[in-house]
Amino acid sequence: MTYTRPESLKPAATHYCAGCGHGVAHRLICEVIDELGIRGRTLAVAPVGCAVFAYDYFDFDVTEAAHGRAPAVATGMKRCNPSSVVFTYQGDGDLAAIGAGEIVNAANRGELISVFFINNATYGMTGGQMAPTTLVGQKTPTSPLGRLPAREGWPMKVVEMLSQLDGTAYAERCALDTPAHIRAARAAIRRSFDCQLAGRGFSIVELLSACPVGWGTSPVEAVRLVASQMTATFPLGVFKGSASPPTA
Amino acid sequence: MATVVIDVLRCKGCGLCIEVCPRKMLVRAGQISGRGVYPVEAADPASCTGCLQCVLVCPDVAITIADAGTPRQARKRKQ
Amino acid sequence: MTARHLFSGNNALAEGAIQAGCDAYFGYPITPQNEVPEYFARRMAEEGRVFVQSESELAAISMVMGAAATGMRAMTSSSSPGISLMQEGISYLSGCGLPAVIANVVRAGPGLGGIGPGQCDYFQAVKGGGHGDYHLHVLAPATVQETFDFMFLAFDLAFKYRNPVLILTDGLLGQMMEPLEIREPSHLRIPGVSFERASWALTGAQDRPGRHFKSLHLDTHVLEDHNRALQGKFAAMAADVRFDTHKADDAAYLFVAYGISARICRAAVDTMRSQGIAAGLLRPITLWPYPIQWLRDRTPWLKKVMAVELSHGQMIEDVERAVAGQCPVSFFGRTGGCVMTAEELVEAAVKEFDL
Repeated sequence: MTYTRPESLKPAATHYCAGCGHGVAHRLICEVIDELGIRGRTLAVAPVGCAVFAYDYFDFDVTEAAHGRAPAVATGMKRCNPSSVVFTYQGDGDLAAIGAGEIVNAANRGELISVFFINNATYGMTGGQMAPTTLVGQKTPTSPLGRLPAREGWPMKVVEMLSQLDGTAYAERCALDTPAHIRAARAAIRRSFDCQLAGRGFSIVELLSACPVGWGTSPVEAVRLVASQMTATFPLGVFKGSASPPTA
Repeated sequence: MATVVIDVLRCKGCGLCIEVCPRKMLVRAGQISGRGVYPVEAADPASCTGCLQCVLVCPDVAITIADAGTPRQARKRKQ
Repeated sequence: MTARHLFSGNNALAEGAIQAGCDAYFGYPITPQNEVPEYFARRMAEEGRVFVQSESELAAISMVMGAAATGMRAMTSSSSPGISLMQEGISYLSGCGLPAVIANVVRAGPGLGGIGPGQCDYFQAVKGGGHGDYHLHVLAPATVQETFDFMFLAFDLAFKYRNPVLILTDGLLGQMMEPLEIREPSHLRIPGVSFERASWALTGAQDRPGRHFKSLHLDTHVLEDHNRALQGKFAAMAADVRFDTHKADDAAYLFVAYGISARICRAAVDTMRSQGIAAGLLRPITLWPYPIQWLRDRTPWLKKVMAVELSHGQMIEDVERAVAGQCPVSFFGRTGGCVMTAEELVEAAVKEFDL
């Protein structure tokens, strides 16, 4: 057996920073798509953010979307092509700030789409500004004194919020830091696609990720911060639906 | 048992794999690569157990492991 | 398929789209076009096609984009403030090269404005609205029948050029009721337009490499080349100008108006002709591309031109552009949702034309 690049992932080297979680997330999604054999009917929606070039890395059909509107674009795609497998891939700003309206309503309508939310507590592409998910005390270019709830509010707990909606069938938060967590994330991604294929409803997998350059640390230190800093605010686990093993 | 191959031009030198290798067999190369970073290299490729920890954490699919057996066997080999 | 019914403009817009093969409608309620999503909700369910009431106009235009990326005939509708929200999405559709139909049932503005009819979105529709160098075909019906018929033309244009098309109607046309013939308007249709999807759309990368749609090109030279290619497309689109005239061949005094204003001008022209005044009307049907050439060619025979709009003067700038200073251009308009009467217009024109 050889472990190498999944078929659905293009050979192109990525533009992501050294140690960035996007690379891992892309690989896991492609591994699951290959495992399920659904590349031929997968339609994906790229975000605005570091992963705006996702279509240069995913070797299946992908469309650009306006910032935050990926769940709406995905709605249009899935409603018109119910036998396709549709997913969005979004970051903090795209999903939780400008796209807050779209994600809540797509979940509320129970759209049969999968959403992969890369939470790195920052706006990577534009230089590390504060995101809705930025931690209390975290210093960013737009919260230079450190995030203070009285001034900048609190970190937004997306999977918790969306799990309150009846339309959400499955919501889980994972982390892309340790090998064990990455294996668990792959299983969660698989569960999300299974949920869509079974027509159970909307699903979201939130993936805590390092942003070494955005956080101003080394890749190794950034990955350590995911466990030591992020999980206290963003606990891992299944918030809606079942964590039983994915169907074969 | 297993062979590990690191694509020097894909490796961005993040060092995440060095942290997770149970044999501590991955090290930073002494020379800058064509990419302009100090990439990771396998100091003792023959000692690779095929545990797949490095493959899991590598964001750049820079590592290929061959003859790693089943995932269960790989987990068992992780020391 | 021929049958005559009494229909409102809003319902005719929806039924026209459905007859023209619209696969999906996404929209949000806003007065004066609430009848459009309501009609679609009922009829799309009957036809087994897609209807989604979106959470906002921001979402609606993106739902259209998703459907369009997969090659479907998708449309949305709204009124002025909602169309403002869709501008980013329209720019994306044009930048990506995707077909779509958007209908604006214009109301008085600016801001929340009023729910009466207006023609104050001409700039928004024709001169951009959204960011970047792009153009859309803008179709302006003036009757309930045209509102129905133009939906066929709109989808034809959208798919021929893979570009969004805007229907610019207004609250009066939307609410008024007139006899409608449910028909295929073959006289309007563009021959040879294909709605096949397999060769270009996101249909799933079965046995082929993945495709993608994007408008982002970070390399400046690549983006300039992309813009040049788009301009080439817009130049081809510009060849399809449509307009109508009424007693304009020998007119010395020309009204220029579209949509509901054009109907009032028609009545004014007839009144003035009965008074011996050589009045006429140019009614642009495509607001983009504008019938610049016809007007420019007629200018030497014109003594005075008057633009008539339910606004403070937007289309008039294109009239002035065509006339190029060779003839006096004046304006008559009402706003706030008020609509001029033919008598009021005749009185103003006679005074303005110094007759």
